[in-house]
Amino acid sequence: MSVNPSVLLAASSIGKRFGGVQALTDVSFSINRGEIYGLIGPNGAGKTSLFNVLTGIYSPDSGNFTFDGAPLDRLKPNEVAERGIARTFQNIRLFQNLSALENVMIGRHIRTRAGVFGAIFRDRRTLAEEAGIESRSYELLDYVGVANRANHLAKHLAYGDQRRLEIARALATEPKLLALDEPAAGMNATETKALKALLDDIRRDGTTILLIEHDMKLVMSICDRVLVLDYGKKIAEGSAAEVQSDPKVVAAYLGGEVTLKLRRA
Amino acid sequence: MNRPRAKSIPPKVWAGVALLAIALALLPFVAAIAGQAWVRILNFAMLYIMLALGLNIVVGFAGLLDLGYIAFYAVGAYIYALLASPHFGIHLPFWVILPLSAGIACAFGVLLGAPTLKLRGDYLAIVTLGFGEIIRIFLNNLNAPLNITNGPQGVNLIDPFRLGSFSFARPEVVLGIAFSGPQKYYYLLLLITIGVIVVNLRLQNSRLGRAWEAIREDEIAAKAMGINTRNVKLLAFAMGASFGGIAGAVFSATQQFVSPESFGLFESIIVLAMVVLGGMGNIPGVILGAILLTLLPEVLRYTMEPLQNALFGRVILDAETIRLLVFGVALVAIMLYRPAGLWPSAVRKRELEVKGGAA
Repeated sequence: MSVNPSVLLAASSIGKRFGGVQALTDVSFSINRGEIYGLIGPNGAGKTSLFNVLTGIYSPDSGNFTFDGAPLDRLKPNEVAERGIARTFQNIRLFQNLSALENVMIGRHIRTRAGVFGAIFRDRRTLAEEAGIESRSYELLDYVGVANRANHLAKHLAYGDQRRLEIARALATEPKLLALDEPAAGMNATETKALKALLDDIRRDGTTILLIEHDMKLVMSICDRVLVLDYGKKIAEGSAAEVQSDPKVVAAYLGGEVTLKLRRA
Repeated sequence: MNRPRAKSIPPKVWAGVALLAIALALLPFVAAIAGQAWVRILNFAMLYIMLALGLNIVVGFAGLLDLGYIAFYAVGAYIYALLASPHFGIHLPFWVILPLSAGIACAFGVLLGAPTLKLRGDYLAIVTLGFGEIIRIFLNNLNAPLNITNGPQGVNLIDPFRLGSFSFARPEVVLGIAFSGPQKYYYLLLLITIGVIVVNLRLQNSRLGRAWEAIREDEIAAKAMGINTRNVKLLAFAMGASFGGIAGAVFSATQQFVSPESFGLFESIIVLAMVVLGGMGNIPGVILGAILLTLLPEVLRYTMEPLQNALFGRVILDAETIRLLVFGVALVAIMLYRPAGLWPSAVRKRELEVKGGAA
């Protein structure tokens, strides 16, 4: 099933129940390498639940993921990160009282090795590693456009910059798949435009993106393919155009008026 | 790039370090003018600096509230006491026992850390508090059926620190200068304390230190960034406990007597107060907190009765009562007016030499 080398992530029949709520039912999809894959659906459709199941915060009740040719079963969040899936959070979760630079440096943790003895004795290798962490982190801050705020506390950054910093921190873990949970939430039109350019850059530089987003204009303009969830079930999957014209999607989620707006856009 | 971070140190800094070194070297003689008791108080201040720095790793860096920290101090102290006293007739040298104390305390740290990994905040505090008491009660009762700790009487006649025939327990004249016992210990403690401070500074400013702070700030995000929070938390407990063990061994050698009553809950709370009051997570702040909370009660002890005599012509409240009263008021005032501690941590600024050059 997962022999197709162009598939980065394949989910088959994912199910998750919270008490009496069936959050996810039999969700299957696959993400190809190098694409931006959108995940949309009305509030409470199960998008973030799917994210949390994928990244190991919850374990699925049924079904499984295949990532980069190997199963991704029952792994802890840190193991998922090690395998190459990095995420951001819907409600920004930065390390508030550390500087922007330190936030990104922490993202390098999983790709570096120094332990207690390296820290205490500061041998040549540890010093070189630290210098590498620092310069790579500066590069990433520069990449997302917050390098001028490197020495500010994360909590003192503007909202849009915090979202960008979270992306830089996730990129520091060298992910193969970058999973973004509503990165444009709360952004104004200019910020969203800049975000779109950043996502284009990230894809161009070789990282596949899984994007949850409510900003339909952004989703429709940037995603190669889109998965639509409603009440925890997959109701459509396909290109932006296909999904937009799917009557089930229109009925469940978009509605006539919104469709009209989107056509104008 | 050949030599990362090889910065030249400006002469001003050298001058400052030299002045500080001279001041620290002369301090025990200045303190001795007021009495040998003050030299002992200085020594205690350094023991508390080590303890507070160790606890700071757990509480300040990793954000895990530990109310039983003094247990590790007790473990270190008893390891030294049992391996260098007539109690078992074993007399190992100080430098052999010191790493042993650190290692065994470290193991106890893991022992406490492992079952409490999933706990946070209040729950963790309660379990650690229980752990602290368990250790103390064990020390109190392990005198029967097999006499291991000598129970509430404690262990006596512990070997002092020796360099060859040069015992640190006796006064001695070296190069025409008379050194008292506590003065000699001062220099030993100073050496070890500086070592502990350097190790702490390096730990904080490392990959591991950042991982601890990440867990303190947001454990879920830390996990999502690939940090193995279980191992990193255990390391925090282990490292913190090791410093407690070192301080304990040195305490044992200095006092030459240990008993379970030195390791009560009140001691745990005092050390925690030093960390919180000084500035959690900031090493200079924690050192300041430890010095102040060691010296303040002693200063009050020696000044309160003469002050009352001068003001009222008689002693209304005895020194002990008023000491605790003033101490409590001072703590409350500091927490009201400086809730982040006397010397809270600032943003650590980093300047990359090639800043802007890399794209």
